[in-house]
Amino acid sequence: MHRTGELYGHFETLEQQRESASLGMWIFLITEVMFFGGIFLAYTVNRHANPVAFAMGSNTLDLKLGAFNTGVLLASSFTMAMAVWAGHTGKQKLITLFLILTLLLGGIFLGVKTVEYAAKFEHHLVPGSSFHIPAEDVSAAAAKADPDFAAHAQLFFSLYFGMTGLHALHMVVGAGLLIWLIRQSMQGRFTAKYNTPVEMVGLYWHFVDIVWIYLFPLLYLIDRRHK
Amino acid sequence: MQLQNSSILPEQASNFAGGVDALTLYILGTSLFFALLVVVLVVIFSLKYRRKKQTEIGVPVHGSVPLEIVWTLIPLVLAMVMFAWGAVIYMDFRRAPSDTLDVYVIGKQWMWKLQHTDGRREINELHVPVGRNVKLIMASEDVIHDFSIPNFRIKMDVVPGRYTTLWFRATKTGRYHFYCSQYCGTSHALMTGWVTVMEPAEYAAWLSGGAQDANPAGAGEKLFTQYSCNTCHLPTGKGRGPSLVGLYGSKVKLADGTTVQADDAYVRESILSPKAKIVAGYQPLMPSFQGLVTEEQVLSLTAYIKSLQAPAPASEAPAEAPHMGKK
Amino acid sequence: MSATESRPAEQFPEKHYLNADYGIRSWLLTTDHKRIALLYLVSVTFFFFIGGIFAGMIRLHLLTPKGALVSPEVYNRLFTMHGVAMIFFFLIPAIPAVLGNFFMPLMIGAKDLAFPKINLLSWYLYMIGGGLALFSFMSGGLDTGWTFYTPLSSVYSNSAVAPAVLGIFINGFSSILTGLNFLVTVHTMRAPGMTWFRLPMFVWANYATSIIMILGTPVVATTLALAGMERLFHLGFFNPQLGGDPVLFQHLFWFYSHPAVYIMILPAMGVISEIIPTFSRKPLFGYKVMAAASLAIAVIGFLVWAHHMFVAGQSTYAALAFSFLTMLVAVPSAIKTFNWTATMYRGSISFETPMIYAFGFLGLFLVGGLTGLFLGTLGVDIHVHDTYFIVAHFHYIMVGGAVMGYMGGLHYWWPKISGRMYPDTLARFSAVVLFIGFNLTFFPQFLMGYAGMPRRYHSYPPEFQVLNILSTAGATVLAVGYILPIIYLLWSLRYGPVAGRNPWPSTGLEWQTDSPPPTENFHVTPTVTWEAYDFENRPDLGLDKPLKTDDSGRGHD
Repeated sequence: MHRTGELYGHFETLEQQRESASLGMWIFLITEVMFFGGIFLAYTVNRHANPVAFAMGSNTLDLKLGAFNTGVLLASSFTMAMAVWAGHTGKQKLITLFLILTLLLGGIFLGVKTVEYAAKFEHHLVPGSSFHIPAEDVSAAAAKADPDFAAHAQLFFSLYFGMTGLHALHMVVGAGLLIWLIRQSMQGRFTAKYNTPVEMVGLYWHFVDIVWIYLFPLLYLIDRRHK
Repeated sequence: MQLQNSSILPEQASNFAGGVDALTLYILGTSLFFALLVVVLVVIFSLKYRRKKQTEIGVPVHGSVPLEIVWTLIPLVLAMVMFAWGAVIYMDFRRAPSDTLDVYVIGKQWMWKLQHTDGRREINELHVPVGRNVKLIMASEDVIHDFSIPNFRIKMDVVPGRYTTLWFRATKTGRYHFYCSQYCGTSHALMTGWVTVMEPAEYAAWLSGGAQDANPAGAGEKLFTQYSCNTCHLPTGKGRGPSLVGLYGSKVKLADGTTVQADDAYVRESILSPKAKIVAGYQPLMPSFQGLVTEEQVLSLTAYIKSLQAPAPASEAPAEAPHMGKK
Repeated sequence: MSATESRPAEQFPEKHYLNADYGIRSWLLTTDHKRIALLYLVSVTFFFFIGGIFAGMIRLHLLTPKGALVSPEVYNRLFTMHGVAMIFFFLIPAIPAVLGNFFMPLMIGAKDLAFPKINLLSWYLYMIGGGLALFSFMSGGLDTGWTFYTPLSSVYSNSAVAPAVLGIFINGFSSILTGLNFLVTVHTMRAPGMTWFRLPMFVWANYATSIIMILGTPVVATTLALAGMERLFHLGFFNPQLGGDPVLFQHLFWFYSHPAVYIMILPAMGVISEIIPTFSRKPLFGYKVMAAASLAIAVIGFLVWAHHMFVAGQSTYAALAFSFLTMLVAVPSAIKTFNWTATMYRGSISFETPMIYAFGFLGLFLVGGLTGLFLGTLGVDIHVHDTYFIVAHFHYIMVGGAVMGYMGGLHYWWPKISGRMYPDTLARFSAVVLFIGFNLTFFPQFLMGYAGMPRRYHSYPPEFQVLNILSTAGATVLAVGYILPIIYLLWSLRYGPVAGRNPWPSTGLEWQTDSPPPTENFHVTPTVTWEAYDFENRPDLGLDKPLKTDDSGRGHD
């Protein structure tokens, strides 16, 4: 479909186009909720079945890095919200500035995540053939009556990598979207009248942030007391 | 035996068959009535209101609220009758009576291993007496199977990692096919066998004949010693684990204040994941036997624990008296 | 908009979506929903024939009790690949992605779907998913059953599970994006005057379907991803030996895969709701009730999944609840059937091909729906579960219902898609062949099933042979019924008479534009001033005035 200015040919008005984009993004986020929902359910059921392994696995995660990352992500949500606000008020310079800040914070989050993942690799805690739990942990767990501790711990780490990996993947996609926005923003394409892309990416970014708000306590916090 | 083509309904050979068939006929009758109603109306309308002139149009009837209510409520009521009737049969099917003859069934790719309480083993064959309540206690060694006896009108999945049960009372002597009806891999279609329903006297003769393995309780007793269960589960109750005498069928008080019925599933869970339910007054010391004992051995141990019904006579040496299960 | 005359010879439009642009790029990079629909039409037909070849081999194999054709390994692959190809790559996309894609924008007076590029992306995702499935079929095949039950699929199977699972995963996103596109389109793209209660029932049906697509598909995507990871990395989500729960897989799988049945049947119901009023020249009986019933099916359809697991060892009370809800979902289907029948009352009925297919749908859906009652009832399900009874039941719904609806829709809209008519007599004949062949194939399976023949058996006791031979014989008739339309529809593309804008005639907006339509759908954005299926106030159709509504006697004879 050809385009006239910001209006794609198959829409009648800019308002209709904006409304479609917004509704589309919300529906997309609903599917994302269902998508993560399946994994959260698998986590819940498996954690219920294997409390010992999940508690011990949880304790190997770095609480400080996790908490730091939570802060970083919350800050990025704030800068994203500011970018959307700048869009609504048509402050073109500010849009670019806040988008860049958001991208930076997102980058920091992914950087910290990489550090955490690397530590897991070093300790052979990545599920697969090289997965290995120190013998003393296994015997400690056996005392707590979980002889299949190694397998169950692997289950925890599978879910850990599955959930945080999927989240990180969403962050990477988000970062790509931000770069695309920043380029357009620097060309001055966003105005008070037309800033739908900023708003849509904003919704997406907040959603990814909220997913982390659930992941952090479930993976890092919930079993700390068992230490 | 034989699923004959002679009548639409296959032979009925269990306590469930008559009820299931009666319900089937009720649903069939209701269905035929509605199907014929719709077909007859469509045919009548097609003949009567066929287009007679190219430009003619129909009478603009838009709908009728009373009719909509009628054809919402009538199907609803009829469907609820089906639901309730089906639920009654199902509750009976899921709740085995207490006086059953138990048979242990293990499904594995691609055969059925069955064992009677007195030790007689069978492969892809099941002998049961007519008129007696029989309960199959089933487990799988690999994937999900399903034990299905069409002439009895029943089936139940056999799921790895848990017990399922299936009960029936055969009402007619003869040989009836049973099948694995949950797809389980390459030779799924060969995982079939025969149920032989015999007169009680014949059945008794059959039981006493043939090569006899140690009965499951006896085998369980050996395992009980082999795995050193007897070192903690003293019959006196003074060991590190609770006494198992009289355990089966009793109510057990747990550390978290709840009580559970000590049934097959409880004993099995206690062997495989002891930590799940801790008996009140004991420490969670018992290791899990997951992966150490086979499904068959669990069944043997369970049978043995079941056999410990009467309190051990005082004359028996305490150290010898075996128990197991809980912590 | 020019009024359509009763039917003088009309000219084929000079410029339309098919000749707007030429070359392979103009198809592979198109964002025109009509062209994308045709891309889908070709690709789902391809998968239909792949699945059909497998089906033919299955029926041939079952001619003799020991199996006449292939080894057990191959037989298990045949029925698995038949199921995967037919369900994920034909039935689920067929009506929404072909007919829905083509006609939803036309029916609501829009120039395109809300997101044309995403629409094209959906097709590419479908093709990538389909390609991976084909790769799995050719590199070792797939023998898990289309249900992928764990731990068989995740641990024990030695076939190419991973590429198939990945293919279905990716294809899921195609489905999600199509649903998203449809929902937004219905909300924001309706032409002036096209209020919600003027929407054709086909649009309502696709709207309800889209809700299922966006809510259900992500869950099955997650589930299959977990099962795939379990297989590749030896994890234990669903493997009891590693602490997982195999029944959890079934819950997650059926949470989508039961509503998926409604993804197949709801749009077919929508098609029938278009055809019957058109060929009865009457408003649809109980319009609002029909719309509500579609939504009710979509919603209640999400609450019945565990009726696939009555004998899987779930708790007795869960089984009771799910049986109860299953009985409730039968009611809106019954309501729809009665309303279709009532729509014919005092109509002006003609019997062109689409109407013959609608009759076929009605007959087969009745049998399929009513036999669902046996399965939803706990007491009978314990007997017929996992036998040929259920095989027959779901083929009556998914082939008898959904495919009849699809064929009916294809014949109903073919003049609009291609601008030409097919030979009506031959088409009616082939619809009858299809109906007879279908019943011959699948009705015997109800009898086999009640007699106890389990499904997915490569060999069977000899007493079932007579019924199996009947079924195989029926399948050959059925094949003729599917091949004939391909031949005459292709023939009509070149030699068929020009159809004109509104050949039946029908009241929908899609019939107001050229056949085939221009790329932008309408030369002038239409304004809707009439209700759906409102023949009495449409002088532009060139029909008579209605007979009086209130005469106590009959308006005819």
